Amino acid sequence: MYNFNYHKPTSVRQAANLLAKNPDAKLLAGGHSLIPVMKQRLAQPSALIDLNLIEDLAGIEVKGRSIVIGALARHADVANSKLVQDTLPALASVPGSIGDPQVRNRGTIGGSVANNDPNADYPAACLGLGATIITNKRRIAADDFFTGMFSTALEENEIIVKISFPIAKKAGYEKFKHPASGFALVGVFVSKRGADIRVAVTGAGANGVFRVKSFEEALKKRFAAKSLEGMTLPANGMNADIHAGAEYRAHLVAVLARRALMKATA
Amino acid sequence: MPAVSMTVNGKAVAGDVEARTLLVQFLRENLRLTGTHVGCDTSQCGACVVHVNGVAMKSCTLLAVQLEGASITTIEGLAPVGEPLHPMQEAFRENHGLQCGYCTPGMIMSALDIVRRKGHELDDKTIREELDGNLCRCTGYHNIVKAVAAGARAMAK
Repeated sequence: MYNFNYHKPTSVRQAANLLAKNPDAKLLAGGHSLIPVMKQRLAQPSALIDLNLIEDLAGIEVKGRSIVIGALARHADVANSKLVQDTLPALASVPGSIGDPQVRNRGTIGGSVANNDPNADYPAACLGLGATIITNKRRIAADDFFTGMFSTALEENEIIVKISFPIAKKAGYEKFKHPASGFALVGVFVSKRGADIRVAVTGAGANGVFRVKSFEEALKKRFAAKSLEGMTLPANGMNADIHAGAEYRAHLVAVLARRALMKATA
Repeated sequence: MPAVSMTVNGKAVAGDVEARTLLVQFLRENLRLTGTHVGCDTSQCGACVVHVNGVAMKSCTLLAVQLEGASITTIEGLAPVGEPLHPMQEAFRENHGLQCGYCTPGMIMSALDIVRRKGHELDDKTIREELDGNLCRCTGYHNIVKAVAAGARAMAK
């Protein structure tokens, strides 16, 4: 790992100021994606701005018809939160499937969402529930936030503060977990909130997380696994690597979407 | 170089470290606590697991400077030299829960975290799932699982 300057601000404002002064700096949350990448010298930030000392950045609360989760909430905190388990169990199941117990004790929701790894779980939950990403500057709809593999709508000096998830009546997440890394080879999050029906897929798309409009359309008649019977996705546009080919990933999307629906309607 | 101070196994320690110094390096190289191992150095294998404020984490993926003021427990902190082993260590010895021993400190620190979260009566499935982040290259998992179950029960006494 190349060396860097280390800063530990105690407020979001201080962190934003440090970010403005250090153009090559990176924000450090749980560090479980960033530190491994720095060890491989794939990233060489001039400075790390540690968000862990900022108070009130890790809360979990219900506000109106949404669950609002602070950016520094650890995966274990969200997975074990009684509040999340009771009001939106599908969301609690997402961090519970990330990595391993020690990783879940440290990794954060804000870090996962900001990193937008194409195989990460939280982006599917955000897009699949129509979440709002709240930064120090503005509110961004999940539909506008994820702009491609490892890229987001976040601007320079912008910091995720919290994420607001609408409490959908029906929701489910199903993933095909890579046995070594724990990442989603493919993961599908489905939800229904009034007329808003969403099917969001991580792990499969060559351009990161995406919605399956044809599936959503079919689910408008009836929100059930049966409505997707026989439906497939083209392999075109799917990711292909040593772990799985594009056709297999396309196949998994359809299978996992039906399983997610079974969970959502159970 | 940034200064850092923390409590390790109940003792106050301090040192000057580069910002890029990992917690596991600080423990092994500055404090000479070499019971915490580096296996993969990519947060997969769990040989480096320690407790940070009572919670199991992979010390190869934490920066020492981040642990200012924290309380760290390593395998050396479980039983003082000359005293009887911790019940979980004793269970690993009794059940032959180790072969080469490289993964063992991480296994034991993770096992204690499982007991903290899941209690003293652990079935095989729970233990195997919860040991997801600890790899044993000798593949001696059967006896590790037995040892964790026995150690968890012994800790209740």
